[in-house]
Amino acid sequence: MTVTPMAAPAPQTTGAHPRGRGRRSPLASLGLHATLIVASLIAVFPIVWVLLSSFKPGHAVQSSELTLVKEPTLANYSYVLFDTSFPTWMVNSVVIALCTMLIGILMSATTGYALSRFNFPGRRHLLLVFLVTQMFPVAILIVPIYQIMAALGLINTHAALVIAYLTIAVPFCSWMLKGYFDSIPTSLDEAASIDGAGPFATFWKVIMPLARPGIAVTAFYTFLTAWGEVAYASAFMQTDDRFTLAYGMQQFVPQFNAQWEYLTAAAVLVTVPAGLVFLYAQRHLVSGLTAGGTKG
Amino acid sequence: MSTATATPPARTSPPPRETPRPGRLRRSWDKHWYAWVMVAPVVIVLAVLIFYPLGRGILLSFTDLTEANQLAEICDRSITGAEVCRPNPNAWQYIGLDNYADVLSGKVGRFWQWLGITLIWTVGCVVFHYALGLGLAVLLNRPIRGRGVYRVLLILPWAVPAFVSAFAWRFMFNEKFGLINSLLEAAGISRVEWFADWKTSLLTAIVANIWLGVPFMMVTLLGGMQTIPTEQYEAAEIDGATAWQRFVNITLPGLRSVSMTVLLLGTIWTFNMFPVIFLVNGGGPAGQTEILVTGAFRSAFEGIRNYSMASTYGVLILSILLVFSVLYRRALRKQGEVW
Repeated sequence: MTVTPMAAPAPQTTGAHPRGRGRRSPLASLGLHATLIVASLIAVFPIVWVLLSSFKPGHAVQSSELTLVKEPTLANYSYVLFDTSFPTWMVNSVVIALCTMLIGILMSATTGYALSRFNFPGRRHLLLVFLVTQMFPVAILIVPIYQIMAALGLINTHAALVIAYLTIAVPFCSWMLKGYFDSIPTSLDEAASIDGAGPFATFWKVIMPLARPGIAVTAFYTFLTAWGEVAYASAFMQTDDRFTLAYGMQQFVPQFNAQWEYLTAAAVLVTVPAGLVFLYAQRHLVSGLTAGGTKG
Repeated sequence: MSTATATPPARTSPPPRETPRPGRLRRSWDKHWYAWVMVAPVVIVLAVLIFYPLGRGILLSFTDLTEANQLAEICDRSITGAEVCRPNPNAWQYIGLDNYADVLSGKVGRFWQWLGITLIWTVGCVVFHYALGLGLAVLLNRPIRGRGVYRVLLILPWAVPAFVSAFAWRFMFNEKFGLINSLLEAAGISRVEWFADWKTSLLTAIVANIWLGVPFMMVTLLGGMQTIPTEQYEAAEIDGATAWQRFVNITLPGLRSVSMTVLLLGTIWTFNMFPVIFLVNGGGPAGQTEILVTGAFRSAFEGIRNYSMASTYGVLILSILLVFSVLYRRALRKQGEVW
C-alpha cells in the first residue's frame, strides 16, 4: 500500500493543491460547505416535509398548492393520540424494542467477544453462518417461524417478536462487535487474567466498559430493527392491544383513500423515540461500526 | 430437537467421532468451554429460528402444501357433538421438483421478470449507495467547521424507521398532491404520473432506497478512512501528490476491506429489501416492478396461502445469493493477489 512515486513532480502544484490537508482555498471551502449543505438538505427534507404536513388540516395535506404551513393545527396529533390505540401500540413497541435491545446487546457482546478472543473449534463456521443468515428473505421464513411460535404458544405475545427480532439483529451485531473487540488490545485481557479474573469477569469488567462505542451502535441497531419491523409484527400479533406501532400505523393506509394527515402525525410520533436513541448513539456510530469492517 | 440441531456448529470441526484418545473431546471442552458457553445462546436461537425453518422450508419446497390442504385429517362435529375424523383425501404430498419447474418455467408467478427487476434495483441502489456514501465520507473526513452537525444531519435518514421513510416518499411522489409534482409544476414542467409507468415507478422506489441506505455506507466508510494512518497522506503530499492521486492511491486501497464487506452486505440487504418496494410503489403498476422478494410474497401469500411455493422462492433466492457470495469472494481473492 505504498504510494506510487509520481513520475512528474507535479508542476501544477502552484494551483489549487499545494495546501496541505486542513488548509484549503476559500473557494474550495465554499464548494465543500455548499455540497454538504445540499446533501444535508436532501437528507433532512423528507422528514421535515412530513413534520410540516402533520400540522396541516386534511384538506391542505391533500392539495397540490405549495405551502409550508397553512392553518396550523394539532388536530391530527390529538386524533392519533386520543382516538386510536396509538398509545397502547407505542407502549408495546417500546417494551419490545427495549427488550430486544438489552438481550441483543448481551447476546451479541458475549458472542462477539468469544469470536474475537478465543480460537475455539467452530469459530470460523459461526462467522460464516452469520453472513449466510443475512441472505434469508424474511418474507419466506415467516411461515415456519410462525409455526414454531404457535407450537411454543407464543403467538400474540411480545416474546415472539423479541425472539424473532433477535434473529435478525444479533448475527450482524455479533459480527460488528467482534471487529470492535479485535481493536481492543489483548494485553488488557492478559493483565486481567494475571490478576486472577476469569474469562467472564475479564469480559464484563475490563472489556465491556472499553467497548462503549461498539455497544452504543449495537443498541442503536437492535432498537431500530425492532422499532421499524412490519412483517413479523403483522404475522404474529393478532389483537389490536398487542400491535406494534409499525403495524398499527398501517391502519391509516387502506388500499384506497389513505388518511395522509393522520399518517404524517403518526409518522412523526413514531420517529421521535428512534431519533432519541439515534442522538444518544450517533457520536459513537463512526468509530463503533467500522472496526468490524476493517478486519473483514 | 432444537439442541440436537444447535450443537453441530460448535462441535463438528475437530471430528470427535472415533475416540482413539478418549481425552480429546474432554480436553477440547476444558479448554474452550467458556467460549462455547458465550456463543451458545446465539447458536441455539439461530438454530431454532433460522436453521430449523430453513431445513423445513427446503423440505416444503418439494411438496404441494398450502393453507387448504395442510390437514392430514378432516374432523367434523356430528349432530351428537362427537368429533369424527377421516383422512383428508386432498392432503398435501411430495411432488418432487414440480414447484421449481413451475416457477422457473414461468407457469407460476413471473420469476424471470422479477429477477430482471431485482437486478436493476440492486445494482442501481448499491452503486449509488456506495458512490454517494464514499463521496460524502471523503468530504466529512476533512477538517471542516460544523462537521459534527453535518454528520448528524446526513446520518438522520438511517434513524427513521424504513416504513416511515417509505410512507414519506410515497407521500412526496403522490401524483395528485405530492410535493415533487407540485415543485415540477411550479418550475413549469408538466407533472409526472410517477406510478403509471414501470420505469418511473421503479425510479421512485430506487430514489427512496438510495436516500435510506446512503448513511450506512457513509458511516462505515468514514470509520474506515479514520483508520488510515495520516503519515501516508503526509508522505504523499511531500511527494507532490494531488488530492485525486491521494484519493486513488491511499484512500481507496486503505478502504478496500471495509468496502468489500459493505458492498457484499449492501447487495444482500438490497436484494432482499422488502418494505421499500412493498410500501412505496407496491410493485405497481400491475406488478411490473415487483422484485423477487415482494413478488414471491404476493404470489405465495395472497389468496390461499401457498406455503410450499413460498419455500420454493425462498430456496431460489437463497441459492442466488449464495452463488453470488461465492463468486464474489473468489473474484476478490484473485484480485487480492494482484493488488
